[in-house]
Amino acid sequence: MSLTTVQPVPAEVLPEEPAVKGIEGRTPLQLVFQRLRTDRVALISIIVIVLIVALAVGAPLIAAITGHGPTDANVDNGTDANGQPLPPGSAGYLLGTDNLGRDILVRIAYGARISLLVGVLATAIATVFGMVIGLFAGYFGGWLDSILARIMDVVLSFPYVLFAIVLVSVFGSSVPLTILVIAFFSFAAIGRIVRGQALSQREKEYVEAAHSLGAGNLRIMFIDIMPNLVAPVIVLATLLIPTAIIFEATLSFLGLGVVPPTPSWGNMLSDAETVGFQAWWFYIFPMLFLLLTTLAFNLLGDAVRDALDPRTERIFAARRKKAKAAAA
Amino acid sequence: MIRFLIRRIVLGLITLWVIITLVFILYYAAPHDPAAQLAGRAVTPRLLQQINREYGFNLPIIVQYWNYLKRMVPWPGLFNLGTSNTNRLPVTEIIAQAVPIDISLAVGSAILWMVLGISVGVLAARRPRSIWDRGATVFVLTGVSMPTFILGLLLLYVFYYLLTIHGIAIFPKPGSWTPFTTNPLEWAHDLILPWITLALITAATYSRLTRSSLLETLGEDYIRTARAKGLSERRVVYRHALRSSLTPIITQFGIDLATVMGGAIITESIFGLPGLGLTVVQAIQVQNLPVVIGIVLVASFFVVAANIVVDALYAVLDPRVRVS
Amino acid sequence: MPDATASGEVLLRGEGIVKHFPIKQGIFFKRTVGSIRAVDGVDIEVRRGETVGLVGETGCGKSTLARSVMRLYPITDGKLTFEGHDLSKLSPSEMRPYRRGMQMIFQDPYGSLNPRRRVGSIIGDPLAIHKIASGDQRKKRVQELMEVVGLNPEHYNRFPAEFSGGQRQRIGVARALALRPKLIVCDEPVSALDVSIQAQIINLLEDLQGEFGLTYLFIAHDLAVVQHVSDRVAVMYLGKIVEVADVKDLYSTPRHPYTNALLSASVVADPDKARTRDRIILSGDVPSPINPPSGCRFHTRCPKAQPICSTEEPPLVQREGDGPNHLTACHFPVAEGEKLASQKAKILHAVEGFLAEAPT
Repeated sequence: MSLTTVQPVPAEVLPEEPAVKGIEGRTPLQLVFQRLRTDRVALISIIVIVLIVALAVGAPLIAAITGHGPTDANVDNGTDANGQPLPPGSAGYLLGTDNLGRDILVRIAYGARISLLVGVLATAIATVFGMVIGLFAGYFGGWLDSILARIMDVVLSFPYVLFAIVLVSVFGSSVPLTILVIAFFSFAAIGRIVRGQALSQREKEYVEAAHSLGAGNLRIMFIDIMPNLVAPVIVLATLLIPTAIIFEATLSFLGLGVVPPTPSWGNMLSDAETVGFQAWWFYIFPMLFLLLTTLAFNLLGDAVRDALDPRTERIFAARRKKAKAAAA
Repeated sequence: MIRFLIRRIVLGLITLWVIITLVFILYYAAPHDPAAQLAGRAVTPRLLQQINREYGFNLPIIVQYWNYLKRMVPWPGLFNLGTSNTNRLPVTEIIAQAVPIDISLAVGSAILWMVLGISVGVLAARRPRSIWDRGATVFVLTGVSMPTFILGLLLLYVFYYLLTIHGIAIFPKPGSWTPFTTNPLEWAHDLILPWITLALITAATYSRLTRSSLLETLGEDYIRTARAKGLSERRVVYRHALRSSLTPIITQFGIDLATVMGGAIITESIFGLPGLGLTVVQAIQVQNLPVVIGIVLVASFFVVAANIVVDALYAVLDPRVRVS
Repeated sequence: MPDATASGEVLLRGEGIVKHFPIKQGIFFKRTVGSIRAVDGVDIEVRRGETVGLVGETGCGKSTLARSVMRLYPITDGKLTFEGHDLSKLSPSEMRPYRRGMQMIFQDPYGSLNPRRRVGSIIGDPLAIHKIASGDQRKKRVQELMEVVGLNPEHYNRFPAEFSGGQRQRIGVARALALRPKLIVCDEPVSALDVSIQAQIINLLEDLQGEFGLTYLFIAHDLAVVQHVSDRVAVMYLGKIVEVADVKDLYSTPRHPYTNALLSASVVADPDKARTRDRIILSGDVPSPINPPSGCRFHTRCPKAQPICSTEEPPLVQREGDGPNHLTACHFPVAEGEKLASQKAKILHAVEGFLAEAPT
């Protein structure tokens, strides 16, 4: 495209180009919220999660109301005449008791604390770590990248359940250790994605522009590049939470996570296994809550992924239209 | 291609070495006394001394490490995984006894999960947004949200406990295991529930993978050309699209198979199958180091080897990978 | 060597600038097996207040030269001075204070702005980096800049995606102006824009030059644009400058065969003129910068090539009959009125069906 001679056209004569309509200055976060509002499944998941969080936070309250602590064995007629556990609906025990006469409802509530704490905290630590390492590896490249990428590959190759068990057996099981172990085996998943994104963003012209302005490396990494990879990280992190929750439940089930008498949904289930199948309320309730929580997070993660995917814009636009039409 | 393989193999060896070293550090260099643990309850200073001499715990760490590494090399004369603390059997023998169980478990469930996962995925991809697709999504979500042990317990409860109570004793109780060579039918009978447990959960991941991979391929231009040529939809999907979408599935399969072969810890625990998984958990609980180290080595080896094979396979199937 | 007695003080001087990109191979430890010689010994001079145009085909190294001059990467060899300071071997942190004096405008209006940052933040970035202004003061300065380049200051909080191509380029200009630089390197600033928008941006740049006393190094592959904006023009081929002159001289009496070929290839509006002019079609492809031809790099495609052209590299000097600002690197510069198309049989039929006019 060339001109024989360039006729200077005064800028005032040409019409001011209109700004592109549409997104209007929204960050990914605002986008997610706006779109999630139209997704019924996502809303239900969020409600479920909020309820479970409420349960966890309100655990001491529940204990106070019912008068039973999570580890109070056999108080207040916790077992029947033969020392057998009470089924749900018995006096004062909404969900029944376990073989030691402990209130299952209260234990479920405290178990929720553990699951949510471990799940969210482990994921948060893994995400922060993964992002930093991925950013450094992808941005700097060279030998630093080689080492960090190899480390992440190695961690991903570990038979991690096995290794988690080994770690826990050496250091003894405790909640902080469980969190660290889970975080350690999850960070590589985030790190790998971040590294890939950083590698591709590094070649973009706006990074070159930042260099030409005199921006330092750290500034470019965290102020320029990082906002561009927040989207996939949010999705992955949301989907990592249920994995962490399952991981903790599995470890506790094997006796290597949260140890009795502190209740965790996992170790409640292992108690149930030792006792046998007669008292179904032992394990149906922990199982139910566990499944509900992981399902809710998985659904939310999928919904967030759809919300951030530019290709699904049409579906959301159609929903907005419907909602507007219904409201009119 | 050769260069690519060499890189991968060397990286795999480094990974193995890192894993082995980590285990060493954890058990030998961690701040606890391995001798005291070995001695168990009947601790006397004499016994401790004897153990220290026998196992060389008093030697400098570097020397211990070197001896340890030497024993890992698969060379006759060097390779020695030691003997179990509990029953004095050579670790290699313990492993050899446990491996057939894992292989049986792996093979059976692998066939199941591939068949189930891929067919559900294909079905969902062929009819997007239909009831089949939604059903597949539910299936995927359930499988991904469910911990293995819960499914195992659930299956045990329903198919073993409930049925047995009502007199229908179809499924065996946990702990039964019959080698294939003794009685193939019995062998399969004992393994049905474990197979289903493993397969259902893994199949969920595979159907998700198949669905997205197939959908992506079906959107390509060459598929559109095939349809335009007048080929039946069936032909298009099964002969053309499936082939290229299977690549990520196959590579994932290799890794998953190796992971199960290395010991499906939870499944074995629940169903009482004396494979590598159960063995290692029991060994860990009593600090039976030689067994733990041996099994960790074997499991890691499977995974690392599978990674190499899978990478090589991927490079064969997709030439673009070789250049990177 | 460029003659420094020409009017105006020299703002930027490059002497023997070399930039090679190594090619590495190997399983684990990559060895350097060769290099892409993107810029292979360039002398260039930019005087205060002028606009120097830099033209050439894709791959001739002009973008690399621009980035080398901006020290966006270290230069392999050569001496680079800006306002008398030697920038050749400075580290990135040492370079930072000098960045206030020279800035760059990029080609791609879509890629050169961070899609996830607000426009106000992008323009204010240099002010933040160099700690010149903060908070409300920074916002005010950014909005002033937006007005200067013709943007609505109320759009301070919008994202780049909400602007058109031309507006985005204005954002880029505003960002480059923020530090009140003396030199602005424009890397094909209008190549990615529609024709009518090109005119707007070029006018903007010219207005700004007058208002702020800017100096431009203007890189483009569109000869007409370069002719319009430049005071002097340099022509690059395969990593070297083959000719440099005042714009009038270059377009009226080009001396280098390559310059002639370039000019003859541009579209001319007048059909009569187009039919009767000297249409030179070069044979073959541009050689690879990894292994450039010996002697004069252009000799493989030059209609005037002689044996000496393949052995001896011609120096970039003033030729007989030219002014002191007109330098050519050719053993056999094209004389006035000489028709190249009639010279030799090294002429191919162009795909479009142009035929070279054969002499009688």
